[in-house]
Amino acid sequence: MSEYKMHILVCGGPGCSASKSEQIAANLRSHLQQEGLEKEVNVVLTGCFGFCEAGPIIKIMPDNVFYVKVQPEDAKEIVQEHIIKGRMVERLLYTEPSNGKKTPLDTDTDFYKKQVRIALRNCGIIDPENIEEYIALDGYKALATCLTEYTPEKVIEIVSASGLSGRGGAGFPTGRKWAATAKSKAEQKYIVCNADEGDPGAFMDRSILEGDPHSVLEAMAIAGYAVGADKGLIYIRAEYPLAIHRLQIALDQARDRGLLGKDIFSTGFNFDIELRYGAGAFVCGEATALIHSMEGLRGEPTMKPPRTSDKGYLGMPTNVNNVETYANVPAIILKGADWFSSIGTENSKGTKVFALAGQIKNVGLIEVPMGITLREIIYEIGGGMNGGKKFKAIQTGGPSGGCLTEKHLDIPIDYKSLSDAGSMMGSGGMVIMDESSCMVSIAKFYLDFTVEESCGKCTPCRIGNKRLYELLDKITQGKGTMEDLDNLRNLSHVIKDTSLCGLGQSSPNPVLSTLDNFWDEYVEHVKEHKCRAGVCKALMKYEINPEVCVGCTACARNCPVNAIKGEKKQAHQINQEACIKCGTCMEKCKFGAISIK
Amino acid sequence: MAKVKLDDNKIQKIKDICAAHGNKAGEAINILHEVQNTFGYLPAEVQELIAEQIHVSAAHIYGIVTFYSFFTMLPKGEHPISVCLGTACYVRGSEKILDEFKRQLGINIGETTPDGKFSINCLRCVGACGLAPVALVGDKVYGRITTDQVKDIIAEYQN
Repeated sequence: MSEYKMHILVCGGPGCSASKSEQIAANLRSHLQQEGLEKEVNVVLTGCFGFCEAGPIIKIMPDNVFYVKVQPEDAKEIVQEHIIKGRMVERLLYTEPSNGKKTPLDTDTDFYKKQVRIALRNCGIIDPENIEEYIALDGYKALATCLTEYTPEKVIEIVSASGLSGRGGAGFPTGRKWAATAKSKAEQKYIVCNADEGDPGAFMDRSILEGDPHSVLEAMAIAGYAVGADKGLIYIRAEYPLAIHRLQIALDQARDRGLLGKDIFSTGFNFDIELRYGAGAFVCGEATALIHSMEGLRGEPTMKPPRTSDKGYLGMPTNVNNVETYANVPAIILKGADWFSSIGTENSKGTKVFALAGQIKNVGLIEVPMGITLREIIYEIGGGMNGGKKFKAIQTGGPSGGCLTEKHLDIPIDYKSLSDAGSMMGSGGMVIMDESSCMVSIAKFYLDFTVEESCGKCTPCRIGNKRLYELLDKITQGKGTMEDLDNLRNLSHVIKDTSLCGLGQSSPNPVLSTLDNFWDEYVEHVKEHKCRAGVCKALMKYEINPEVCVGCTACARNCPVNAIKGEKKQAHQINQEACIKCGTCMEKCKFGAISIK
Repeated sequence: MAKVKLDDNKIQKIKDICAAHGNKAGEAINILHEVQNTFGYLPAEVQELIAEQIHVSAAHIYGIVTFYSFFTMLPKGEHPISVCLGTACYVRGSEKILDEFKRQLGINIGETTPDGKFSINCLRCVGACGLAPVALVGDKVYGRITTDQVKDIIAEYQN
């Protein structure tokens, strides 16, 4: 092994790479080389740190100092000041908004303080393209322990006792799933990893695969040993090229070291993994649909039973778990079921990764113990609302989930409490909205997604969701009636009760939850033809107040469709027929003369 | 659908890809991925040829191509523009960004400009939610876009 004295960890997650973090790493390397330090200081491009809002992030070890919003030009100063002179670069330190203090240690920040990182334990710490770094942090030790010390039954017992349940959304107990596949008798069984992350706004699976791919490979091998399968398949979105690239490297490295393949740890256990590519279909997150897609067919779900644990891939017993679920397994084996089940609530054990997004200060990826409240997530970890606006709603669970409000903020969250509140855990998308979001439009947004993604096999989902969308569209056009609101609710229940798979059974949730929690807003759209958020274009018009307008012409010059007329130094008017309601005039007016009516 | 005449080179290339997958029906999706990577899109003639090679009906292949959003039967522009309409970008105003791209280029979603330079598509979440709203031109990610910047972004690729 090389003997570096220092490591500079540069976040290579999707957000930071989009902000040139690879260039930062390259600049750091070249400045280190100029100083003759390239053998002493190692620059590592890691997986996602999670704190996307402050990105690009770099962290210097062993000093344990993290820098935020780093630009490629900052590389020289970091090398000169921090690496050579041992002085922190003050201006790149994170300033904690709650107390205004510079905070060099990431674990001291409000963002990280309440987090418990199990599934994300190695993300942002190791080089995902180097198996040695994973092994140095006890990687593949859990697999070795299982193969040499435990029987397959014992492994299932540990996973069951830990209380781990499916992190893809439904929350089915993982141990029970493994036990069912183990019980099925067949010549060939399969272990499948569902990496077809389709929820728009969730990127935890991608971050795990890009930041710590070996944890998933190791867990799949453990599952293979537990259920008696020697073949694994990872079904991954083709839209995730970097994750695919890193998985391929990880697979090669694991095979080279005999951690995958034949006779692993000389125990006679064989296990290898292949990649299968998804092609963009949300419904393929459903296990039976996913399996059909892997078989080269349209990804349409089938009736259960038979469950995949009896008849799955190519008709053989197949255990399907999601990326995040697998990522928890090695930690559970090493630290024990009691340790894991001590975290979380009565009903839901362990942690959950959430993708925090929307109108919140600290957008990013967080992992928190089950039982934390939404208030803690939004106001402590998330740093509160962006731009000091007022909180309106939080959407959890993606297109299958619902919108919750102020009154739900103090519920300790777990699978049951979220579903009791009319939403769901889902894959962990969490979108925070302020007054600028129209809840009817949000429901329409999700229905638009569902209509596009419905596979079309069963009627309630194919036609019902389309009708729901049309009703919502009619309401946002100001043409809705009170009867439409009743129909929305009735139709939603029919779709939920009669659809074939999870997609249709949950797709009306955004409609039902907004009807329940934002009824007034629906009524306003119908009765007063008013959209209080100013989102529904058909229900608003921009007007210039002639008393306030000074005739500076800024609005007229910036109007993209030349809909504003008026002489210099005289009040201007908007031609409502030509106006496309883009809002540019209101943004440009320095005098506050333009308002939405 | 426009008729596309395949030249012999292309036909051979597609046959090679199918053969590399053992001409197996179960490999249909992997074959389509590879062919689309090579040619950029999957016109009807290409689908028919693949169907023939792996001994399934053209309808079967068409069914797969139209089912998955990743597969496209229309050629993309030289600089494909993708605006993220994931939830995080949506609540931070990505619809306005999309409208501005459509207006500036005078094309709709899924269309290509007459000079073949730009096409517009939507995508759902690239995982850069911290930079919302986000759009991609080719592989390059543009974050925290405002409607004002749309014109400048297009201008970068104009020549």
